[in-house]
Amino acid sequence: MDSPGSQAIDCDVHAVLPSIEALLPFLPAYWREQIGQTGFKGPTGRWYPPGLPTSERPGLRPADGSPAASRVEHIQRDVLGQAPHPSHAILNCDCAVESLHNPDAASAVSGALNEWIAAAWLAADARLRASIVVPSQFPELAVQEINRRAGNPGFVQVLLPVRSEAPYGSRNFRPVFAAAARHGLPVALHYGGLPGNPPTPVGWPSFYLEEYAGMTGVFQTQLISIIAGGVFDEHPGLRLVLAEGGFAWLPAMLWRFDKNWKGLRREIPWVRRPPSDYVREHVRLTTAPADAPEDPAQFRDVVAQLGSDAMLLYASDYPHAHGDSASDAVWSGLSAELRGKIMSANARALYKL
Amino acid sequence: MAKHIVSTVAEIPPGTRKLVEVAGRSIGVFNIGGEFFALRNRCPHQGAALCTGQLGSAVTSPGPGRYEVDRAGEILRCPWHGWEYDVRTGQSWFDPKGVRVKAYETAVAPGSALVPPATGLLPGPYVAETFAVSIEEDYVLVEV
Ligand code: FES
Repeated sequence: MDSPGSQAIDCDVHAVLPSIEALLPFLPAYWREQIGQTGFKGPTGRWYPPGLPTSERPGLRPADGSPAASRVEHIQRDVLGQAPHPSHAILNCDCAVESLHNPDAASAVSGALNEWIAAAWLAADARLRASIVVPSQFPELAVQEINRRAGNPGFVQVLLPVRSEAPYGSRNFRPVFAAAARHGLPVALHYGGLPGNPPTPVGWPSFYLEEYAGMTGVFQTQLISIIAGGVFDEHPGLRLVLAEGGFAWLPAMLWRFDKNWKGLRREIPWVRRPPSDYVREHVRLTTAPADAPEDPAQFRDVVAQLGSDAMLLYASDYPHAHGDSASDAVWSGLSAELRGKIMSANARALYKL
Repeated sequence: MAKHIVSTVAEIPPGTRKLVEVAGRSIGVFNIGGEFFALRNRCPHQGAALCTGQLGSAVTSPGPGRYEVDRAGEILRCPWHGWEYDVRTGQSWFDPKGVRVKAYETAVAPGSALVPPATGLLPGPYVAETFAVSIEEDYVLVEV
């Protein structure tokens, strides 16, 4: 997708932690020694098998064998230096801190990750912004981490893995949303997560394909839970970003959700408007992958069915590749005005850029 | 439009309802605290016998986890898919302007006003549906 005048904002770019050693300078002495001496490799954020293009586009791996997207130069060259030449990129550092059962370790590693992001990325290039990594399995500690980072304007949202140990609309997560709302930060739910429970509601899948294709169901569950739980009723200014989860599934889910709300809304009387109203007001989705029709007319229909031109956010999802069906050609079939919103205006409004 | 005599007042005590046939339509007549309301017994969604549904309160909330109930017995829930209607107006809860069930005007009149003893006849526009009118009783009228 092209964009006139480099106004594009890339809303999902990955900063990959090369190894736990990169965090040592940012860890408290106890954890530096503990991690150094135990040989703990750190949590892994590799939701995708490392050799597959969903983890890393072929050909990107640097000669020294370090992972793609593990240094700011990679992103300067492969993202900021390539069409559509984004003026800003939002970094999401997938690192499965939610898999750590020791709350102090989870907190220390989250804090060190954010320090590393601030020092190695945000301070290195003014075009970069980042999501705050939080120990989401310990909501109180997650709130502390949000409070610590919110003063740095380079951090523009709170990152939660879409897979969690309970649906995000449940009350125990509410302090995390409250903290994000208090600081005016959107919350991004991103593909993946290692909370310890299976990635499907019916147990462990046999194949990577099942987990990967089925992740849209996890996004749906979280979105339904957050709206039913009244998160947006409590925090009318809060925005939610669904990152790397596709968007073409959304219209069908909203038809069902609205229909069922009409007859069951007494259960959740705080939800006073059809769920689709909340989604259009509060929810944004990144464009990679789109998982949308290859036929331009059908593609336009799906985008129109979203019911708002403020919802899509351009993302390259660097360094991942999803073999997306939504080629540049189908994006070009959208009106120039809508493309301008997707490429730039929607993200500018969301992140106040 | 005619006013149809559909019931004695005594037959529909407060909190209860009666289903009647008026001019070929099935209509539910509800007594809420002594006031009478009449709704078409057909849900605008998919045609269920709406007036056979449960009566409940108006449930609202100032925020998650807080439940406020008001107007007990004034909200009718469709037996099929649970859409809620305000018995007083026929308006649906989720879309009061766009989705509503037909509500009919009602009135209460003493039998003596309906059947002047001098003539023993029903003066227009009253229509007696299925029963004889006695001057001793009060009657519920529905305008269809
Ligand atoms: S028929 Fe009444 S709610 Fe569906």
